[in-house]
Amino acid sequence: MSVPISWYLLLAAVMFAIGTVGALTRRNGISIFLSIELMLNAANLTLIAYSRQLAVHTGQIVVLFVMAVAAAEAAVGLALFIAVFRQRHTIDLNRINLMRW
Amino acid sequence: MGAELVPTVLKLAVMLLFLLQVAPIMLWVERRGSALIQDRLGPNRVGPLGLFQGLADAVKFMFKEDVTPAAADKPLFLMAPVLALLPAFTTIVVIPFGPDFLYNGRTYPLVVAPVETGVLLYLAIASLSVYSLVLAGYASNNKFSLLGALRASAQLISYELAMAIAVLAVVVPVGSFYLGDVVQYQRENVWNALPQLLGFLVFVIAAFAETNRLPFDLPEAESELIAGFHTEYSAMRFAVFFMAEYTSMAALSALGVTLYLGGWSLPGVDLHGWLGAAVGLAVLLGKVALCMLFFVWVRWTFPRFRYDQLMRLGWKVLLPLAIFNLILVAVLTLAGVL
Amino acid sequence: MEMLIFLIFAALALASAVVVVGHRSPVYSTMALVVTLFSMAVLFVVLGAPFIGVLQVLIYTGAIVVLFLFVIMLLNVGREEVQPSGQRAQAVMAILGAVVFGGLVMLAVSGVQAAAFPQLTPEMVSVKGLARELFRDYLLPFEIVGLLLLVAVIGATVAARKPPQVDVSSPDPKESEP
Repeated sequence: MSVPISWYLLLAAVMFAIGTVGALTRRNGISIFLSIELMLNAANLTLIAYSRQLAVHTGQIVVLFVMAVAAAEAAVGLALFIAVFRQRHTIDLNRINLMRW
Repeated sequence: MGAELVPTVLKLAVMLLFLLQVAPIMLWVERRGSALIQDRLGPNRVGPLGLFQGLADAVKFMFKEDVTPAAADKPLFLMAPVLALLPAFTTIVVIPFGPDFLYNGRTYPLVVAPVETGVLLYLAIASLSVYSLVLAGYASNNKFSLLGALRASAQLISYELAMAIAVLAVVVPVGSFYLGDVVQYQRENVWNALPQLLGFLVFVIAAFAETNRLPFDLPEAESELIAGFHTEYSAMRFAVFFMAEYTSMAALSALGVTLYLGGWSLPGVDLHGWLGAAVGLAVLLGKVALCMLFFVWVRWTFPRFRYDQLMRLGWKVLLPLAIFNLILVAVLTLAGVL
Repeated sequence: MEMLIFLIFAALALASAVVVVGHRSPVYSTMALVVTLFSMAVLFVVLGAPFIGVLQVLIYTGAIVVLFLFVIMLLNVGREEVQPSGQRAQAVMAILGAVVFGGLVMLAVSGVQAAAFPQLTPEMVSVKGLARELFRDYLLPFEIVGLLLLVAVIGATVAARKPPQVDVSSPDPKESEP
């Protein structure tokens, strides 16, 4: 018995929701980054599931691009964390709040 | 699924049988080989020519006290050696060890996992070997281990890149990631080491860096960082790291041999069936053995690279060379030469 | 068989996703992310995209997550302390929001036709087919993504660099400007 697409979509949606909770509740900058990676992966799963459903390669190609963008974002984000850490000696986002009201 | 299960298990059993012998044999080879190079005798008490030294070492490891540092991060500390073994033993599933086997009207490729993404799968699983080093260094709660782990992770991912591009250059004229096709291409033309000498050199140097062998063994530098990332590991856990290192050396040698030195094939030999499989396996093992001897030889000949020299070599020398090799091979393939 | 693989790895992915989000130590979160990404790679392979699955392991777990670990160890990011003030309310709101989102998606998904997947053809699974389409129809985005990666590498190198040292002991007043 094969798995219907809605199950994959549901899994992706639940994982996206878990990632959102993580991104909103964590104070540690790195943990927020990890939650964002979870969300990106959930989107990748949806794309691949639809690519299979419609029997095209487009979803897989978009996932390739998403992975590349995620890598670029991770690199730049972590570099920024290092730069901020040098100044503030913390990456607790509740303390890096100079631009908050 | 059922039809493929028995042959797959058989093939896996054959490969694992030989892979499990690597660590004990290499122990003896390393110690006698290093002794030969350093003009001394090496172990010669335990059994004829010291051949049972491995057994004695194994017994020693079993009885040594297993010390875990008090402030170490226990789950990660315990998990790191296991994580070292997983990539070492899993990567050989894409290495072919003989010609296609005809049995009962069906052709069975002599690869445990004849997937289309063959060599990419190898690179993917091999890239997971960074984690055991990093976790071991972090969980040991020891400055030297942490330094060793940081150096190791930076070194491994730097040289992975050059190795992957060298591998890509082999794949381009073949037109497929499947290693059986790579060997077939080398049987029809010449061994890849000749037209792709530059790529072969890059691969060999990157292979030394990937397995943390001298001259790239700064992460476990014996004279600088005590023992680097595995400082705090004693007895069986150290033995597991040890075994994982030799096994990954053997697996990487098998990959290098398959990509560049013709794999299981010998020029001019064209056998099939059981004899072909046996000869293919023997040829592959022989070539891997020669590569392991080369590993030992280089270890006791060269001094160690300093860390900044190491990183400079990986990024400023090997990577441009690998890219140049790839472009050259691509141009030659388009021109129809390769 | 496919159902069994899906169930096992979907459960594994969800469990480790919860650990990623919930665990206080960032190193454990990162290792749980490795497990999640690996399970997702297996699901990709089951869905007929083996190349993407292998690339997921190679790129995501083999490089990106290693970078995360590297930065965590470099900055010595410790365990997150539990802070009572305002944290509970924020967490409750976040979870409520996630549940509402999940419910909306379930509503949307239930409208999708429960038709089974079309049979996998060798053409769909092959790397060659993917490559052909990538380099024919999507060549421009491919090149742009390459440019993006180059820009990201330059940006990351510049951002993480040590700020240039200002030489304040120089006798010449003109040379002491940064």
